[in-house]
Parts: sequence; C-alpha cells; structure tokens
Amino acid sequence: MNVRALLIAIMCMLPVSSWAQGYAGLGGSADGFEIPQRGYQFEFPKDHGPHPAFRIEWWYLTANLTADDGRDYGIQWTLFRSALKPFETEGWQSPQIWMGHAAVTTPETHYFAERLSRGGIGQAGATAEPFAAWIDEWQMSGPDFDTLTLTASGKDFGYDLSLKAQGPLVFHGENGYSVKSSDGQASHYYSQPSYNVEGVLHLPEGDMAVSGNGWLDREWSSQPLAEDQSGWDWFSLSFDDGDKLMAFRLRGDRGDFTSATWISADGSSMALSDGSTSFTPLETAHVAGRDVPVAWRVTLPDRGVDVEVSALVPDAWMATRFEYWEGPVTVTGTHEGRGYLEMTGY
Amino acid sequence: MTRTVLQALLSHWRAHRLQLGTLLIGIALATGLWSAVQAINSEARASYARANAQLALGQLDELRDPTGPIPIARYVDLRRAGWQVAAVLEGPYRLGTRSVHLMGVDMVAYPALPAIVEAEQSAAAPDPADMLTAPGRILASSELAPLLREQGDLPPILESSALPPDVILTDIGVAETLLDQQGDISRLVVLSDQPRLVPALSDIAPELQRFSPSSQVDTDQLTGSFHLNLSAFGMLSFAVGLFIVHGTVGLAFAQRRGMIRTMRALGVSMRRLVVLILAELTFLAVIGGALGLALGFFIAGALLPDVAATLRGLYGASVSGQMSLRPEWAAAGIAMAVAGTLLASGQALWRLSQMPILTGPGVRAWQDNAPARRLTALAGLILIAGGTLAYLSVGGLIAGFVLLAGLLTGAALLLPLSLSGVLALFARRAQGPVAQWVWADMRAQLPGLSLALMALLLALAANIGVGTMVSSFRLTFVGWLDQRLTSELYVTAVDDQQGQEISEWLQPRVDAILPLRTVELAHETGPLFLYGIVDDPVYRLHWPLITSATGVWDDVMTGHAVLINEQLGRRADLWPGDTLELRPGHVLTIAGVYSDYGNPTGQAMVSMAQLDQIAPGAETRRFGVRMPPEDATEMAQELRRQFDLPRQSVVHQAAMKAQSRAIFEKTFVVTSALNVLTLGVAGFAILTSLLTLWTQRLPQIAPVWALGLDRSQLARLELMRSVTLAALTACLALPLGLVLSWVLLTVINVQAFGWRLPMYVFPLDWLYLFVLTLLAALIAAALPAMRLLRLPPADLLRVFASER
Repeated sequence: MNVRALLIAIMCMLPVSSWAQGYAGLGGSADGFEIPQRGYQFEFPKDHGPHPAFRIEWWYLTANLTADDGRDYGIQWTLFRSALKPFETEGWQSPQIWMGHAAVTTPETHYFAERLSRGGIGQAGATAEPFAAWIDEWQMSGPDFDTLTLTASGKDFGYDLSLKAQGPLVFHGENGYSVKSSDGQASHYYSQPSYNVEGVLHLPEGDMAVSGNGWLDREWSSQPLAEDQSGWDWFSLSFDDGDKLMAFRLRGDRGDFTSATWISADGSSMALSDGSTSFTPLETAHVAGRDVPVAWRVTLPDRGVDVEVSALVPDAWMATRFEYWEGPVTVTGTHEGRGYLEMTGY
Repeated sequence: MTRTVLQALLSHWRAHRLQLGTLLIGIALATGLWSAVQAINSEARASYARANAQLALGQLDELRDPTGPIPIARYVDLRRAGWQVAAVLEGPYRLGTRSVHLMGVDMVAYPALPAIVEAEQSAAAPDPADMLTAPGRILASSELAPLLREQGDLPPILESSALPPDVILTDIGVAETLLDQQGDISRLVVLSDQPRLVPALSDIAPELQRFSPSSQVDTDQLTGSFHLNLSAFGMLSFAVGLFIVHGTVGLAFAQRRGMIRTMRALGVSMRRLVVLILAELTFLAVIGGALGLALGFFIAGALLPDVAATLRGLYGASVSGQMSLRPEWAAAGIAMAVAGTLLASGQALWRLSQMPILTGPGVRAWQDNAPARRLTALAGLILIAGGTLAYLSVGGLIAGFVLLAGLLTGAALLLPLSLSGVLALFARRAQGPVAQWVWADMRAQLPGLSLALMALLLALAANIGVGTMVSSFRLTFVGWLDQRLTSELYVTAVDDQQGQEISEWLQPRVDAILPLRTVELAHETGPLFLYGIVDDPVYRLHWPLITSATGVWDDVMTGHAVLINEQLGRRADLWPGDTLELRPGHVLTIAGVYSDYGNPTGQAMVSMAQLDQIAPGAETRRFGVRMPPEDATEMAQELRRQFDLPRQSVVHQAAMKAQSRAIFEKTFVVTSALNVLTLGVAGFAILTSLLTLWTQRLPQIAPVWALGLDRSQLARLELMRSVTLAALTACLALPLGLVLSWVLLTVINVQAFGWRLPMYVFPLDWLYLFVLTLLAALIAAALPAMRLLRLPPADLLRVFASER
C-alpha cells in the first residue's frame, strides 16, 4: 500500500479535519521526525511494531472473500498511527494518535466504522512480538506476523477472521524504500500479499462463513507527498494464475507519478518504475455527492497485462473523518482475478 | 383624502404633547418590563444551553464510580471491550477568591464539543499538537479569559463564545495536571454509536454506575420555576402598563369626538377612519415599543448580574452576566407592544365605530351602570373559582400559577363592585350635602377610574404577597442557618490523606470533629447526595427536622434508618416510615425529614458506618470542627499554617452564614426591583385615568362651584377623592396580598423549590406600603387638582352658557 492513507491519518490527527494543517507541514520539513533512508535494513519482528519517530504509519489489511453461497465479499481493517511529535510517552500527554477503520463490503452494501484513540494509555497501539495491533476491541494479533486473528465491529457489522501467510513478505520499490514522487519523497513499504483467510462475517442478515485471500500492507514515513499531489488511485490485484500486482498512480499538477510491484506466484517480486503502468477510468459512479471512477483499464505492457478492473459495489465510500473510496474489485481481460481499489482526492 | 384625515388625526397629538408622551410612556413601560424579563430569561436559557451542550449533558448516559475517581485502566478495559465512552476529568479550579469549573475532556475520543468545533472553525484554528501535548491550551469565555491571563502559570488561553462564563474547557491531559489528579477520570460519557455487541457493564466494571440523562441535574428543569416566576412578574407589569395605554387612548378618543364628528360630516367614511386610526395606533405602538425595548434592555442589563448570582447560588447554574441583543427578542417586544396597544384601545375604537354620525362630544355625566358592574364581578368570581379548580384538579407549578392568575384577575374584577358597595355605605352615612355629593360623585367616577384602581390593586397585592413571602423566607432561612451551621470551623483538605492528618492533629485540640463525607447516588427523581454523619449531640440537638419518627436519632446512628431532605421527601412523596433504596439491595427505613433550603437536589443522611458499607471509597476531605467560638480564629490560622491550606479551605461559621445570607438577599433583589417598578406603573395609571376624567369633569364641578364651593375647596376634594379611593383599594389589597403570599409559600414554593415555608406577617411593611400608596395617589391627583385651582371662573361659567 502507499501514500493512500497518509492523508487520512494526517487529516484525522484530530477531531475534525478542519484542524489539520493541510499538507503544508508535510511538504516542507519533517519537524524533528525521522525520514526514510535509502538502503534501510529491515529488522524483524521489530519492524512489524510501531516507529514513533516517524510521523505516519499503518497496518492495512484488505481481503477478498467468498461466502458459502458463492457470493463475493470484501473486508478492510486498518490501523493508522499519526504522531504529533516524534516520541511516545505514557499517559494522556502522548503525542501519538491512533485511528482505526474497518469495513465490510457485501454485493449490496458497504458497512464501515471508525475509531480514534491516543497512545500512552493502552487503548490503542501495536507490538512486534508477539505481534499485535489494536484500537479498542478491534485487534489483529498472533504469535507472529504469519499467523493472525482479526476482529472488528461497528454498529451493524463485525467480523472474526483467522489469517495464515502463504508466502514471503514483499518489499516494494528499492528493497522497501518506496519513492512517491519525482522529487524523491519516499516511505518504508512492505507487504504480506498472500494470507489465506477464513472466518465469519457478522451482518444484519446473519452470520456468514467466508474464506479467501488477504493482503496486509505495512508502511511508515514522515514526508511522503509532493506539494502538487492531490490524490491517488491504488490497486492490489490477485490474478487467478497466482501472480499479483500492486500499482498506484499519484495525481499531481505536474503530471501523474506511477509505481508498481509485480509479484510472481512463487513470491518473488519486481519493482516497476514510473510510467510502466497506465490507468484509464472507464466509468464513473455518483457517490457521496461526487463522481468517482468505478471501472478502470489498467495496462502493464511489460507483463502483457491489459485488464478491466471494476468495483463490486460502486458505493464503497468511507464517510470517515477523511473520506475516500475503498472496496473490492473484480478483474477481467488478459488476466482474471480479484483485488482491492482505493481512491482519494475525488 | 387619506392624507388630510391623517393630518387632522395627528394634529390632536401636536396639541396634546403631554398626552402623547403619556401614551408612549405607557406602551414603553408595558413593553419594557415585559421584554426585560424576556431578555433575562432568554439570556439565562442560552447560558444553560451552552452549558448543557458541553459534553451533551442531559442527552448522553454517563458512567460514574460513586466511591471516587475512575482509573485510566478502567477506561481502557471498557474501550478494549468495545464500549465507546469518552473520559472527562473535572473539578473546581481556584482563581484567587473565586472558583471555576475546570472540565478536561478526552478531545480525541469526544471531539464534537461546541467550543472545540468553534475553535477549529475560527481563523486562528489551534494546532492539534498544541491542544493535546504539553503545555496544552485552555478554552474559556471572553469574560473569564482576562482573569485567567492574570494567573500567569496557566497554558495559553483560547477564547470561546460557546462556553458558559465559569467553565474552563481543556484536554484531559492538561486537566489532570491543572487539577493535580494524574490518572483520574471523574466520569465516562457513553457515546451514542456503540458496536453491535458489547459485554454487560457488570462483567467489565461492576463498580461503575450508569446514570441516564433523566437522573442528572438538568439546569433547565431546575431553574424553570425561577423563570416562570420572572415571567409571571413580566406579564403582570405588562398588564399594568396596558392600563395606562387604555386610559390615555380613551382620553384621546373622548377629546377627538368633535373632530371625528366634523370629519364624518364632511364625508369621511367610518371604515376609512377606523383603518387610519388603527394605522395611527400601530405606528405609535411601534415607537413606544422601540422605546420599551431600549428600556427593557437597560433594565435587563442592570438586573442580569443579580439574576446570574441568584441562579449560581440557588441552582449552581452558570449564567453569563452580559447581555446580548437578540433579533427575535426585539421582534417579540414590538409585537407585544402593538398587540397590547390594540387590545387596550379596542374598547375605545369599538365605541367610536358604533357612534351615530352626529353625536356630540360626550358631556353626559357618568351614569351608574350597576348591571355591568355585577356582570364584571360575576366574571371575577368565575375566574377565582376556575383558578382554584384548575389547581385542585391538575396540580403542579403551572396550575399553581393558573391559580394565582385566577385569584388576581378575579379579585381585580370584583373590585368595582366592592368599592361601589363601600362608597354606597359611606354615602348613606354621610351628613350634609357636600359630603353626600362627594361620596356620590366618587361613586359616579368609579367606572372611569376602576381600571386604574384594578392596576393599583394588583400591584399592591403583588407587593404584599411577594414581600411577605420573601420576609417569611428570610426569617426561616436565618433560623435554619443557625441550626444547620453549628460547627465553628469548616475545613477542606486537599485529599483524603491530608484529611486524615488534619483529623489526627485536631483530635486532642478540639471538642469534636464532624466529618462531612458525601457520595452522589442516583434516584428516580434525580441525583441523590448521601452524607455520612458521626454520632454527636449537635445533630440530636440542632438538626432541623420537619417531621420524624420516635427514636429517630438512635435508629439513624445504629444504622437502621436514613434521614432525607424535604426536597426528596416532597418530590418522591417519601415520609417517615417509608423506605428508600440507596443502592441495589440496600434499603433503609426513613426516620425523618429535614429542611434543606437553597439546595436543588435530593439528599439523604446515614450513619458513617452505613456510608462505609454503601460507598467505602467516599472521600474524607471535609470536616466541621466544634470548639469554643472564641478560639476559632486562632485555630483557623494555626490550621492554615500547619497544613499550608489556602484561606478558603478553613472557613468560619460566621463567614459561611454571611455568604449564605448574601446569596439569599441577591436572590430577591430582582423580585423587589420589579415590585417597585410595578407600583410605579400603577401610580402612573391612576394619573392617566384622572387626566381622562378631567375632560369630563367641568360639567360636574361647575354646578357645585356655582352653589358656593370655591376652587381651592374643590381642589382639596379632588385630592381627597383620589387618596380615599387609593386607600380603599389598599385595604382591599391587603387580604388579597395575604392570600397571594399563602399561595406562594404553600403552593408555588413547594412546586418550584421543593420546600414549604411557614408564613409570617409583617404589619409594619403594610403600613409603609399603605403610606406609599397614599403618596402615589396624592401625586397622581396633584396635577388635576392644580388645574382646578387655576381654572379661570369664566370656564366654569361657560358650562352654563353653552354646550362647550
């Protein structure tokens, strides 16, 4: 995953979005925060835990699921950490703000919920070993990063899922150093794109046993956006033949910046540079008072990919403090498959 | 033609400037007092709304631990179980000699506070990092902010118009430092959005109690009766003001009859005349109303600080002492002025429209209209009966006021018949022609004066009634204070530990230490404060019990019974012998009920051992100290020095009493101010009525003058007539006022405050009022009498010469 949630977390630093400083604070200096370094050596399990000296960080899981009746579902579980100051301390005075987003997308509806907390008191946080990330009763935890249980609930939905990793971690960009603009803004970014997921969705119509594939992103940074960039379109696609593609486009006044990672079925990956992937909106839907592209043509000529990506439900709108579109998609064309799409700035 | 007619109509006011002034003053007085009360009420309500909006008090449930603060770990337990709650830490924050309410809210979990939304929407929106991390920011009203700035050692201050005047709002992380309560939470607000399944509270935090909004102190409800009181006064003033308008308009119409006859003879249709007069009256009403608004704004501004002090002292409700001009208030004031003026002019206008085209200007003497008087009296009786019936059948505060309104208006309507009866009695016993003429003349003038006299009756009755209530209350209250405040010193420690130390230190030095421990519980009628007391003779001797079972103190001290205050007793209809459930499963018999003035909430007292069972963690910070009074000052100083206590933490009995009395006096400043104003308005009403009568006076006086009474004699008789009528009215007002005060004490007070007061009478006050009334009547009659004195005899002669 990438810059996507960055704005969300910055925006939500506090109560209401109008308090946010906009992106100005991010564009310029990092105010005593650490900045991602090229050539950083990841250290596990430590790096699965939080990095309070960085401004922004997230644990971002999406999963495409199928119920016993054969219908498609999607779930999202996200924990954002946003630091007001580059340290952590005990008690209410902690400058670490945590935000959780959870969603279930059914073929008909999109349910979502949001949670806010600050660090320092134990209401929300993350630990590397044993691995746990939580806010309120929402939790993603397990003995290690490969074996997890996941739970979240809102007013009218919830889920209890177990996840088992099927392959290695994937590092995006240059060994996990993921560049976000031609000016050089970057983040540390790795994923576990192949979890086997099983469990139960709790929906108003009843409980539903589901299974499928999950994709977990870990990313942290302090100033990853260029000043001209206004939003992004991010795709995580799992093809039926076992290959996977992570690709995003950052929309900027000076032109788009794209980046992608091709993940082979065996787990090996290759970073694809700016311009190698193209994104064309095919169809828009009127969602939450604006027009959002819900069908896309994505091409990656190097790999012979020319697919149409369309939303399972057009109305997968996250009407949270910072609003965005996040939902499951189906893939047709040269490759068939499923995936998740996120769009911001519309 | 319209223009010509208008010019003719308006020419009257040019010729009668004084009359115009009177009319405008009448409208302005009516509107002014009414709108002053409205302004005070709406200002207070806006303040409550602001206070309640903070943390949506009164809308959301709350979790509290009756035994003390909630630790952060408990909050996290609840959160990790799915409970969506927001933490609040609050307490008094000392600012020099006054104390303000400091409220720390977890602004991350509960961001939707009006003051926060306002702050973030302002041009200089604060950086969240500054709000949440040291030193933080504090929000306060523009009234409080300068005071806070003087403090110096506080975090930077942000001004907010969404906050009540004595509240500091800040993040909980800042509050725990300012209140020196690290890791404490006062209460948890249960947010409206909860996840689909949450475990029961008893499984996670069994020590927490859930309070629903209905069991919380609702300022609006508490103070409702106070505002109803003010509104009733405002309406009374409005009604009295309308008497003036009625009198003046009647006068103007009588004087314009000739002009109107001329205009009609010249072909102006009655319809056009009526429409134009209506327009004229509306125009005058708008001007008078505008004057009234200015007056009302001024009066309200002058009274508001006292009202604010009262509400704070009586209900703990915080009201801004600053007035703001609200457009809807101004609109309502003008509308009231226009409606009132038209209402008061209705009769005159109706008579005009029914006037035959060539009727001459009214010169006919007043005729005795006995059937009309009897009809009015009958209506009065019906109103009194209706009010009584309403109260007996419905009950409650509103019905109490209906009873009051019925009594007052009914009695006012009975007045003409009563006065006429009394005058007839005098007339029958009168000796000599002059005396007989005077009584008969007075009786003949009654219809013209009766409205003004009714106004006087109402004003006097209100004065006597309210005065009696206030004085009775004062007498009871002072006696009660002596009973309640029996300890020489009252000490407040910083925390339980210091409380313990102080108690140990005091033990060998004083006669007795009476711990004052309290805990807040919930009862169906609202919050219930439970006090624990130790067995000390002072309670048995002095505690102001209203009613009790035998062996009350033994039962309480052995832990078998509970005492409750009168408010709780009346609200929940609990009396000795009944039982009270203090906590689930903890039921005690009520052994007695004690009076507890000035306290809006329910209260109960048990033995200290019982309190320890019910709420083991109740704080032990406050004590009463019994000792020889002469040593108290020295001991207070010693205590302050020994434990480094601030001045306010060791209070003398005398200081406490003085403060309570000061609050009491402030409570009724507004009432007495309105009282005086109403009386003034009534005096003015008499003046206008007399002036109206004056126009028709000459034909009645001229024959008497011709028979040999000279003008100075006639002038004296004029004065005497006015004074006599006022005196008679005052005599009739006395019983009415006493009935009024009885209703106030036994009906309104019980409904509004939850206590019933014994009634005391103060004849000297009545005498003072009586003299004041005679003086007012004398002044009101002075102008007509002076005119009479200076009247050229030629004018009197002319009565016999022509039709004038």
